[in-house]
Amino acid sequence: MTQTGSALQAVRAAGEYDVERIRADFPILDLQVNGKPLVFLDNAASSQMPQVVIDRLVQYQTAEHANIHRGVHYLSETATLAYEGARRKVQRFINAKEEREVIYTRGTTDAINLVMQGYGRAFLGEGDEIIVSQLEHHSNIVPWQMLCEEKGTKLRVIPCNDAGELLLDEYAKLFSDRTKFVAITHVSNALGTINPVREMIATAHSHGVPVLVDGAQAVPHMKVDVQDLDCDFYAFSGHKMCGPTGIGILYGKAKLLEKMKPYQGGGDMILSVTFEKTTYNVIPHKFEAGTPPIAAGIGLGATIDYLESIGIDRIAAHEHELLEYATDAFKTLKGVRIVGTAKNKAAVLSFVVQGVHPHDVGTILNEDGVAVRTGHHCAQPVMQRFGIPATARASFYLYNTMQEVDALVAGIRRVQKIFG
Amino acid sequence: MDSKQLYQEVILDHNKKPRNWGRLADASHNAEGLNPLCGDHIWVSLKLDGDRVGGITFEGESCAICKASSSMMTTNVKGKTVAEAEQLIQEFRDMATGKLEPSAQPNHLGRLTVFSGVRDLPSRVKCAILPWHTLHAALNSETTVSTEGDRDPVALAGN
Repeated sequence: MTQTGSALQAVRAAGEYDVERIRADFPILDLQVNGKPLVFLDNAASSQMPQVVIDRLVQYQTAEHANIHRGVHYLSETATLAYEGARRKVQRFINAKEEREVIYTRGTTDAINLVMQGYGRAFLGEGDEIIVSQLEHHSNIVPWQMLCEEKGTKLRVIPCNDAGELLLDEYAKLFSDRTKFVAITHVSNALGTINPVREMIATAHSHGVPVLVDGAQAVPHMKVDVQDLDCDFYAFSGHKMCGPTGIGILYGKAKLLEKMKPYQGGGDMILSVTFEKTTYNVIPHKFEAGTPPIAAGIGLGATIDYLESIGIDRIAAHEHELLEYATDAFKTLKGVRIVGTAKNKAAVLSFVVQGVHPHDVGTILNEDGVAVRTGHHCAQPVMQRFGIPATARASFYLYNTMQEVDALVAGIRRVQKIFG
Repeated sequence: MDSKQLYQEVILDHNKKPRNWGRLADASHNAEGLNPLCGDHIWVSLKLDGDRVGGITFEGESCAICKASSSMMTTNVKGKTVAEAEQLIQEFRDMATGKLEPSAQPNHLGRLTVFSGVRDLPSRVKCAILPWHTLHAALNSETTVSTEGDRDPVALAGN
């Protein structure tokens, strides 16, 4: 994995990664659960918030809040500046060419639905085909199925191998004159597979097909450059990258966004309204009807500042070390199988304990203060591919430690003892 | 609560060696129960002899709590009248959701009170209740139930 290789070098150049200092930034990590220190390993579902971001939210509500883009008064202008300033931070963070290509949404799901409504419903029709992958989260399947139901379009699915890696030869074969859209995940939330999206986007573009990338599990953990990827749309959420819930981003190429239909109607998305005719606002505002979650948007900006102060490459390198340490430790556990063994993998460890249902695993780990996700991870087609109803999943982030991996492993041994 | 309290010997034993496992060849009533949240999926089949549950079996794939609850349910309702079974269903649901305190209120739950601990684990309540929900459906000639449906007795949020 070249990305991690260069990231590791960057870490060494920047000095030791002081995880204890990072942990001190997160007040929730001091919690005791069932009398044990919290071991939070459910970061792929949602991550924790550092004090600086909490403080930014408090500061906003204490001294900066009013509605944006409306008033000429002090508070409205202050709030507008902060909110639009956060948009510029996002633009820089993902290296979008223009600020207006960054649209605020409620989250990744909302962003994908925006593209389905604004692009899919406008430009796809009966017999057209959409390519998705076996590894998608439900949020990158169901919106497209809804479109299929309405328009008579069809889904084609990129299969994966037993390691959880997409079969790129099969992907290339799915293209035909009917292919009109590709929607793929950057990183699998259930297995951790990092898909070669740059290459996959190039394949789609060679057929003249636009690509949406679900980046919910990628942006928090690795450097993402939307111009380098050349994706047409890229979606992600604030709350999986230490930010607030209720805010997410849709990046889209300006020329595509401009020809799309608005997603929702209302205030802020119009230039003028009469009963005869309404003129829509320019992008990004065309897609931002109504009062947005202003505090959450500003909080997302503060989150980006925080992550950049540590360095996203250093975070990626730390997570990779945790993943390798955990993968090795799991090899010492008899009767435990890791599901998802891609060569190029994010710090997600999905596993099954022989003879024990994942929900029983999760309940017993919770006794030790260890939080893991159990279930199908909103990715039932992945579970079907591997012939299992569910897994337990540990997912790591910048504040997790080797000792926490040890606590997880000890907890699994206790599960096996109880069910012995 | 402590998992030692929930994962008691009797529950672990029924999980390992479920009683009345399988499907009745001459069943008069069948129902399928599904908990989409965690993938618990069971089938309950029973044979009524007049007004009494003459035979009852279950099978499927589930967590330990659901399997043990199913197993102990079959041993408890076998031989009971439909009315007695329905009363036990109600009492079990009430115990699991915290509406009935078995040590303080009259009930017919007996050993089934080992499941009382689930009321402190909201995400696991459905696992314990699913077989009882499915039995209720079978007795009322409904073929499938889901804990995510309109008739969900505990109505918990989740995806």
